[in-house]
This record gives sequence, structure tokens and C-alpha cells, in this order.
Amino acid sequence: MFPQAVEDGTRFDPSQARVSYSVTLDIGGIPVSLRTTDQDFRRLLEDRYAGFVNVSAEPKYQFDVEIAPPRAVALDEDVRVTREGGGWQVERGDFQAGWDTASSKGWIRQTVNPYSADTLLRIVHSIGLASEGGFLLHAASAIRNGRAFLFVGVSGAGKTTLSRLAPPDVTLLSDEISYVRKEERGHRAFGTPFAGELGRGGENTSAPVARLFFLHQGPENRIEPMDAPEAARKLLRNILFLTRDEDLTQRVFHSAVEFAEAVPAQRLVFAPTARAWELLR
Amino acid sequence: MSDKYILRSTAIAARVMGGEMIIMSAKDSTLFTLNGVAMLIWQAADGRTALSEIVKNKVCAEFDVDGDTAYRDAVEFTEALAQHGILQISEGPIPEPPAPPRAAP
Repeated sequence: MFPQAVEDGTRFDPSQARVSYSVTLDIGGIPVSLRTTDQDFRRLLEDRYAGFVNVSAEPKYQFDVEIAPPRAVALDEDVRVTREGGGWQVERGDFQAGWDTASSKGWIRQTVNPYSADTLLRIVHSIGLASEGGFLLHAASAIRNGRAFLFVGVSGAGKTTLSRLAPPDVTLLSDEISYVRKEERGHRAFGTPFAGELGRGGENTSAPVARLFFLHQGPENRIEPMDAPEAARKLLRNILFLTRDEDLTQRVFHSAVEFAEAVPAQRLVFAPTARAWELLR
Repeated sequence: MSDKYILRSTAIAARVMGGEMIIMSAKDSTLFTLNGVAMLIWQAADGRTALSEIVKNKVCAEFDVDGDTAYRDAVEFTEALAQHGILQISEGPIPEPPAPPRAAP
């Protein structure tokens, strides 16, 4: 039954009632909840992150979404991430956000668009991972025979091409942004909804990382050795870390070096044909 | 010629891998790789030991190199690192700054 009046004596006004929808996105085993009163935005989230929505997950981070009126913004503007007091502030032309580190609760103010929350999610995860030995990486990733392979490369190196060529027994984790967490024994790669030119996210699953490849397109398919220092340097250049924070930067550095020491790294020269996958078993 | 004193910045992350040292500036994430000689100088950059002593006792003791040449190269190398803010150079000894409180993640 609806209450007729609240304690201060004012009448209940149904027109002022708002329903909040919480969409919890379980990426990398770290659930992030976005709470909105906007049905269109809720549907946008559920469509974009289908496969990663988990209604039963207990969120580790909770964000209240405030929808701003539509306006023209430049999406290529650099995002600014700063540590302020006991939390973080994030700002770009299309959104502002912040969260408190202790409570893991925050807010985002944005228009109805898929890019603002997507950027916030990447930042929240990259900061969260930095403190536990993991990272987000500009890399495609895939699982074959229960083992995860990472394919690192800048734009144009072939991440999406190799992903498109994957045979049916390969589970794609991402063609653009890979998710690595440190475990008691080794590292584990998780699927992400962060898609590149493939236009669709990866599968929401995970596997232990077996090998790290650096992509180079060439006339033939071959694998070349790479020593750990070179792998560490290349890895560091491809880690997604948008925060100019000395403490977290140092943590990411040591995580990347540890990863390069633990995971065999090779250079994968591949011709853009499905036969490249014959080398990847 | 006056001597120089050098001190490693604390705003860096560094690790020795495969006989070389990888250093990343924590301010702007720039990466540096030091070879064996450079690594000896870097590791001795405590702000108290004069660069001439470092060159004489570390570099010349380890490598077959003329002292004057090694010192000139060391000055050039340390000035290059100082330009990137990962090393401090002074005409006199440099006291180590107090360690900053570690921020919460």
C-alpha cells in the first residue's frame, strides 16, 4: 500500500516518484553497479554489455548515474584522472565522475551515450587492478585448449584481424582491451566487453595466461623469440593506464615486469590468413 | 673542474632484468633502459658520493676505460637523465628527501 503521508506531514506525490534501475556489470570478476532512473540509459547498458550483466553479483563499486541534457561534446578529448582526498575524480568533455575509495561509491554525470560509462569502467577497473597486481592491456586475447593467449599490438598491428580469423574452437576474450589479474599461481585473462573494430565484446569467461605475443603482420606466419626485458618494455607501452599517479604507476610497473618474467613472450609475425592460428595451440 | 653529486629520484620505478635496468618515470611514464655501465652509475647515485669517485671506483674498476673519457661520458649521461627528472645533479652533496607517506590505493 502507498503511504498517504510522510512523517513531516507532506502529501505523497506519485508524480515525484522515481524508479531506480541498477545494472551490475561483472567484468573480470569485479562487479560494478550503475544506478540510473533513465530507462533508455538502462537499456543501452544492458544491450551494450550483454553477457556481462549479472543481477546476482554483489557490486564492488556502485555509481549513481545522473543524466545530463544532450549537448555537443568532443569525444577525442583526453580524459583527466586525479586523486583527490580519499577518492578519484575523472573528467572529460562528455562526462564527470568521482568515487570514494573507502566506500567504493561514486557518481557519474553524463548524457545518454555509450562512451562515457565505457571510459569510466575502464578507468575504475585499471585503478582497481593496479592495486592487486593486474592491468588492462591494449591486446586481443583468446582461449584455446583451456589456455589464454594475449596478442599485444598498437592500432593496425592486427588484433582485430587475428580475432576475425580465429577458428571455431577458439573463445575470444577481446579484440581490443584484455584484462589480466594476478592469482596465487600465475596470471588469468578475463573476457571484456570493450570491443575494437570487431564491433562485439568478448566472452565473459577466463583462463590462465599461457603466452604473450607481440603482433607484427608479415608475408608469412612464424614465431620469433623475445627476451623478458624487451617484453617488459613493450608490455609497459601497451598497458592502459590513464592516471598520472606516482604510487599506482609504480605498482603497474612492477606488475608488468613480474608478468613479463613469468609469462613466455614471443613475436608473432603473421600473414592475414587463418593459417596463423595453426601456430597457436 | 668542480665535481658533481647525483641522486636518484624517488618518483621512479626500476627493475634489473637480463643484465639491464628498466626505469620508468612515475611522473610521466617515460621508459629508460640502462646498460651495465649506466646501471653502475645509477646504483651509486646516493647524493653523497662524488661522480668522479663513482667513475673511478665503479666504472674504471669494472671496465677497461680511460678515466677522463669515462668521466665526460658519465657527465653527459647524468645530465640527460636529469633533463627527464629522474636524477638530481648538484655541485655539492645532496641530502636524501624524507620518504613521502604511502598513499592508500
